[in-house]
Amino acid sequence: MAARAWTGAHDGPPHLVACHDCDLLIELPPLADGAAARCPRCQYVIGRGAHETIERTVALTVAALILFVAANAFPLLTMRASGNETEATILSGSRILWDQDNGGLAALVLLTTFVAPLAHALAMLYVLVPLGFGLRAPAAADVFRWMGHVRVWSMAEVFVLGVLVSLVKLADMAEIVPGIALWALGLLIPTLTAAMATLDPDEVWDRLDRSVEMDADPVEAPRAPEAVRPDGEAAP
Amino acid sequence: MSRQRTAAAEGMATCHDCHLLVAIPGGDDHGAKCPRCHSALHFRKPASLQRTWALLVAAVVLYIPANTYPIMRVTSLGRSQADTILSGVVHLLEGGMWPLALVVFVASIVVPLAKLFAIVHLLISVQRRSPKKPVERTKLYRLTEMFGRWSMVDIYVVAMLAALVQLGSLAQVEAELGAVFFGATVVLTMIAAESFDPRLIWDRRGPERPHRPPSARGAAEGRKPGRDAKTAHVRKAHG
Ligand SMILES: [Zn+2]
Ligand SMILES: [Zn+2]
Repeated sequence: MAARAWTGAHDGPPHLVACHDCDLLIELPPLADGAAARCPRCQYVIGRGAHETIERTVALTVAALILFVAANAFPLLTMRASGNETEATILSGSRILWDQDNGGLAALVLLTTFVAPLAHALAMLYVLVPLGFGLRAPAAADVFRWMGHVRVWSMAEVFVLGVLVSLVKLADMAEIVPGIALWALGLLIPTLTAAMATLDPDEVWDRLDRSVEMDADPVEAPRAPEAVRPDGEAAP
Repeated sequence: MSRQRTAAAEGMATCHDCHLLVAIPGGDDHGAKCPRCHSALHFRKPASLQRTWALLVAAVVLYIPANTYPIMRVTSLGRSQADTILSGVVHLLEGGMWPLALVVFVASIVVPLAKLFAIVHLLISVQRRSPKKPVERTKLYRLTEMFGRWSMVDIYVVAMLAALVQLGSLAQVEAELGAVFFGATVVLTMIAAESFDPRLIWDRRGPERPHRPPSARGAAEGRKPGRDAKTAHVRKAHG
């Protein structure tokens, strides 16, 4: 589905957006579920139709979290050589780097393979679960905003490639057995991709705006005085 | 094409964090805040070119020791061997593991170099206000953003090998200084790509600024007040 560029000749209540990559003003039509709208000028995906976004994203994030726990509870690879057996988990990479006095690398590996994926999943549930009931968790907007920045540093898919390269590299010299964690990680990647595809951040922001703060008096919904809803209705 | 309008030319800015399109009255984005998520609003990322250049130069400087220092040392039966990124690839080739050599070569050498060149090309073409191939350059930017992270593969390989090969005096793998520089290069190029504003590719006459406040412009073009709904339904920024 192609979006129309704004020519100024359209009446009615258009949902006006600007392309993230080229700043073109575009009237975004309501999108069918799974449909994507591209910028007519630079082909950036300016919007995705993601219906039931909160329910689906929560379900997929819970699945991702379970897989993440499994990926950390079991060994990724086991190596047997000259009567010795070594197991490596996701965390043992950063632990050994730390033991080798390589704090910077240990932190980078820990951040990208453990902290960022976990923080991202937990933050998503923290924001979306109450929002499913029309409630806004404390500081939900800040958490959701910050989540967008954390996402870039979550590199589970790159890590899996790294584990596979290590597996092939060592298979020459020793007996290497892939563990349950590797399968869990293998399933985690499509689950995370699907969770990101069902997430419609615009819908979440809109609902955050309309939702009632938890522990707050439901009568007074704090609003910016000059704010006007995108559909033209006055703020309640 | 001539009738296509950009948000900046209309006095509107897209919030960088929540992507809300916000009208900024008066056309001065200084101190403007998003009414939805309270981030600072800008027509374009502030000092995008300077910041991207600075991060890029730092990344290039660190890329040199990342390739000249060894990234890991394998000690086996008293024999110690240190490998740089390139010698690691060569050893894989010598061992007949060419698919693996290809993966490591692409992730650790092709991707970082291509990314550095791509960002330099984008920066220079924007500074020259080049009108050439904006669609292709925007796509190049998106590829740069998408594939830069894959350079981390070698860091993970070093971490996994170090974690697995711990047989005391028999065999040991240790991360070396080159890996630290390489990790820093990857992080810096990722932040550099993030600081670059792809909309600058489309701003032919430098960063766009609204000529007049949008309401004044609507009136000047003789529109009926009620018909100027394009900006009316867009929220105004907090001052
Ligand atoms: Zn565009
Ligand atoms: Zn915002």
